[in-house]
Amino acid sequence: MQETVAPHTDQQAGDEAQFDLAAALRESRVSEVLEELDRELVGLAPVKSRVRDICALLLVSTLRRRAGLDTEPPSLHMSFTGNPGTGKTTVALRMAQILHRLGYVRKGHVVAVTRDELVGQYIGHTAPKTREVIKRAMGGVLFIDEAYYLYRPENERDYGQETIEILLQDMENRREDLVVILAGYKDRMERFFRSNPGMSSRIAHHIDFPDYSAAELFEIACAMLRRMHYELSPPAADALREYIELRRLQPNFANARSIRNALDRARLRQASRLFSQSDRPLSRKDLVTLEPADIRASRVFATQPSSDSIDSTPQESEP
Amino acid sequence: MRLTQGTFSFLPDLTDEQILAQIEYCLEQGWAVSIEYTDDPHPRNTYWEMFGNPMFDLKDAAGALREIQECRATYPQHYIKVNAFDATRGVESLRLSFIVGRPSEEPGFGLTREEGPGRVQRYSLRSYATQRPEGWRY
Repeated sequence: MQETVAPHTDQQAGDEAQFDLAAALRESRVSEVLEELDRELVGLAPVKSRVRDICALLLVSTLRRRAGLDTEPPSLHMSFTGNPGTGKTTVALRMAQILHRLGYVRKGHVVAVTRDELVGQYIGHTAPKTREVIKRAMGGVLFIDEAYYLYRPENERDYGQETIEILLQDMENRREDLVVILAGYKDRMERFFRSNPGMSSRIAHHIDFPDYSAAELFEIACAMLRRMHYELSPPAADALREYIELRRLQPNFANARSIRNALDRARLRQASRLFSQSDRPLSRKDLVTLEPADIRASRVFATQPSSDSIDSTPQESEP
Repeated sequence: MRLTQGTFSFLPDLTDEQILAQIEYCLEQGWAVSIEYTDDPHPRNTYWEMFGNPMFDLKDAAGALREIQECRATYPQHYIKVNAFDATRGVESLRLSFIVGRPSEEPGFGLTREEGPGRVQRYSLRSYATQRPEGWRY
């Protein structure tokens, strides 16, 4: 963005004409969204850099169009793969904002659907249902969560195939009206793309969402608590760190979503703890502080006791 | 005879871009767009057949235009109109309605006279098209 400031021309320009990328960036106000993305989402460095890359590509392609170089709009369909709770939906919302500010979608709303909303129950039900959803999503982003469920190879009469065909058609022909983002687990999405090569070839950007590290999860928890106006006492912070370590190893771990649920349960315990001490007046500090007991009461600690745990579960060995 | 009903009916037929712009305006106002068709153009025939459901949660006009094109493909020789319904409490009625499709030939209306008691003369309008049964007109 070290380009010199020059009046940019809107018509066909000669080689000497200069295009002000910085001005275009300011004009689109897209950097605000990127900053917000940086601020809001902890970690996810590869995702953020991919989003930045896509932004740069779109911005440059806008300038190229101004210079009369490109006429075809770039393909914008994306696939977000990653485990649950890694921020796919949040990034999709931001992506819609970015596309809207860069002028690649007209409205910038997100229509989030799953298989149920697309695939019908009987013959002739699927096409109108899918078209209805596409109609609603026009001018915005169609976010299909767990997209691999659309294709069920074990049932050859499954109506999901019909949905895929209609989607493919519109992804190709109505590029300026509709951006489709498919999301789901990485391995299952890969299988989905392998069995639907048409879908795979129409998707320009594959973005993989990595799992969060324990430190990032702790940071996310702190951000969530700040937003909910809660605080952790220092020992409670240690307990939470320990909790995260243990919870990550357990099945059904859904990254940030699990952390949010854990915090919700901790709030519940805090409330009942305060309730049981109702004989004394509560200070503001009491209301906002989570104590270690609120976190250590979780069954995560019960199944796998740690040496420095202060709760009184018997030290039994795991089978 | 060219049917003139609804808004813009004395203008030449709207192009798709113009229709798009009108629908865009409707959506900006928060009105719900719906599409109706008929083959009975009598001015008192206000309730036409619905083509699909009213699009209450539509965000962008492109979706509605696509419905219009589908309706035109299904009923190439019918009248098609776009309605914009304002659901605001106290209004709850159509704000805008305009024709977006018409048959290639419009035979127009005949005036019939009826002799009443005394020398009273009653008049009524009848579309030439409706002399044939529904679905066979135009």
